[in-house]
Amino acid sequence: MKRLKDIASGIYIGLIGVLLYAPILVLIVLSFNNSRSRVVWGGFTLDWYSKLFSNNQIKEALLTTVILALASAVIAVLIGVPGAIGIHALRKRPYKVMMGLTNIPMLNADIVTGIALMLWFVHFIPLGFGSVLLAHITFNIPYVILSVMPRVQQMNIATYEASRDLGAGPVYSFFKIMLPELVPGILSGFFMAFTMSMDDFVITYFTKGAGVNTLSTMIYGQIRKGIKPEMYALSTLIFLVVSAILIIVNALSDRRKTPKKNIEERI
Amino acid sequence: MSDVILQLKNITKSFDGKMILNDFNLDIGRNEFVTLLGPSGCGKSTILRIIGGFVRPDKGRVLFEGEDITMLPPEKRNVNTVFQKYSLFPHMSVADNIAFGLKLKKKSSQYIKDKIDYALKLVNLDGYEDREPLSLSGGQQQRVAIARAIVNEPEVLLLDEPLGALDLKLRHEMQRELIKIKKEVGITFLYVTHDQEEALMMSDRIIVMNKGIIQQAGDSKSIYDEPQNAFVADFIGESNIIDGIMVRDCLVNIQGVDFTCVDTGFGENNPVDVVIRPEDLEIVKAGEGYLTGQVISIIFKGAYYEIKVKVDDYEWMIQSVDPAPIGEFVGLTIDPDNIQIMHKPVRDDEEVARDE
Repeated sequence: MKRLKDIASGIYIGLIGVLLYAPILVLIVLSFNNSRSRVVWGGFTLDWYSKLFSNNQIKEALLTTVILALASAVIAVLIGVPGAIGIHALRKRPYKVMMGLTNIPMLNADIVTGIALMLWFVHFIPLGFGSVLLAHITFNIPYVILSVMPRVQQMNIATYEASRDLGAGPVYSFFKIMLPELVPGILSGFFMAFTMSMDDFVITYFTKGAGVNTLSTMIYGQIRKGIKPEMYALSTLIFLVVSAILIIVNALSDRRKTPKKNIEERI
Repeated sequence: MSDVILQLKNITKSFDGKMILNDFNLDIGRNEFVTLLGPSGCGKSTILRIIGGFVRPDKGRVLFEGEDITMLPPEKRNVNTVFQKYSLFPHMSVADNIAFGLKLKKKSSQYIKDKIDYALKLVNLDGYEDREPLSLSGGQQQRVAIARAIVNEPEVLLLDEPLGALDLKLRHEMQRELIKIKKEVGITFLYVTHDQEEALMMSDRIIVMNKGIIQQAGDSKSIYDEPQNAFVADFIGESNIIDGIMVRDCLVNIQGVDFTCVDTGFGENNPVDVVIRPEDLEIVKAGEGYLTGQVISIIFKGAYYEIKVKVDDYEWMIQSVDPAPIGEFVGLTIDPDNIQIMHKPVRDDEEVARDE
């Protein structure tokens, strides 16, 4: 009986895995396929990867994407961390209102955010790298706030007060005592923001204007002319980078969580 | 009290429109061990936080050696706090925690090292320099917190229920150690607790508080033996508190019987509250003693029996080493010295005269 249950649950999980990852697996396999066909295996090749790296348009888009992701993630952290601390200090009702307002941009349809931002930007600033950066910062801030907030809540205010009590000023106490406790949250917020920015298509598409391309908008442009196998290679690389970041984030939060859990058990 | 180190003058503080402290005054002498004792919400922790600099009073002043420090931030005050909750810096070793204040004061590394050694010995934790705070037990963490505060050589050490999270046995051990530490470092301790036993055991002077008002101040013995109102009598130890009528000086009528006592100055035929500690009542044969009643319950408490005797409508609590069978009629007697007479309160938070 127990064996049957194990088998059934194994099959179920396997099925989910296949449905989730089989398409990506096909994509990865095709990126090494020495044939333009999508159904015939023409042998193993790295041609598409080398073509990818000799394509200036792609290189430029890759650079834009990485700079955009880094810059928007850093700025979102700089805004989001003080924001989370500030929201945490609010009383119960304003706190709930602010957290609700923080959640809405994440749940809101990208198309709405994209068009709305575009409408604003065309009135005030030229569309281009700057407008895309602003847009990315905007949708990244909530992710930073959400990943930092649990850390802020766990933070023991007594340690800050102890630091003041022992002769440290408020600024020194913040950087020396509070910030180290927030680091894991800040890191995972940063990586989350980074991947969200790398990932985004819709909002970028509406706010980018002419001449600026990220990987996603460039791929979209290429695909309209017909899919080239370079795109498989590029997508594979993006998938690997994003997966790597996610694994790092998880490992970080796991490592930091363990000692915390021990205290709770002791108390 | 000749040498006053810390004075609170007319301190008023409310939170969210709720008055916590109203015109609170307190003087603390050098090297005194003062305990603020009261139920939760009585304002005792707020007083500590005002002295520490974490809460600014709405009105009133805090004087430190005669100087007004009301507006000084915590880092500029020559007091240190041992907090109620675990307040060690989790990402620093025990030694780094203790060195935190000294490094800020730019002390030499040799001086810091000597101080850490001394402080860890003082709190019985030598050899723990490199441990992580999270790997220590609750009691050990609080010892490190005490060491971390004491190395800064504060004039006054503020302790905000530092033993509140520890189990009973560890608390008793730490209480004895705190007395030892106090003797060794010779500084003023201002201690906050809701545990009356803890207060009675450690303090030179106890300030009993309720609703932001001092109910009684005095040494352990006077607080226990001569509570000045029903709140203090009830809060400190167990008591029989019963209505009485002061017939004249040294004679009080309880339950229709005249008792000889030693209190004077309550007028004639005035209603009063009478406090009698359960260990002061003695059970004798029925008919002997002042009162006669029936034993209605008896509980074995280890060192003594807790016996309840019903006389008319009142159940007297008696602590006795000899048992008495339930249902038996017995007499109760008491030494005149052990009857404590108190004025009836006009209001329930009435402030009584302080004996200083």
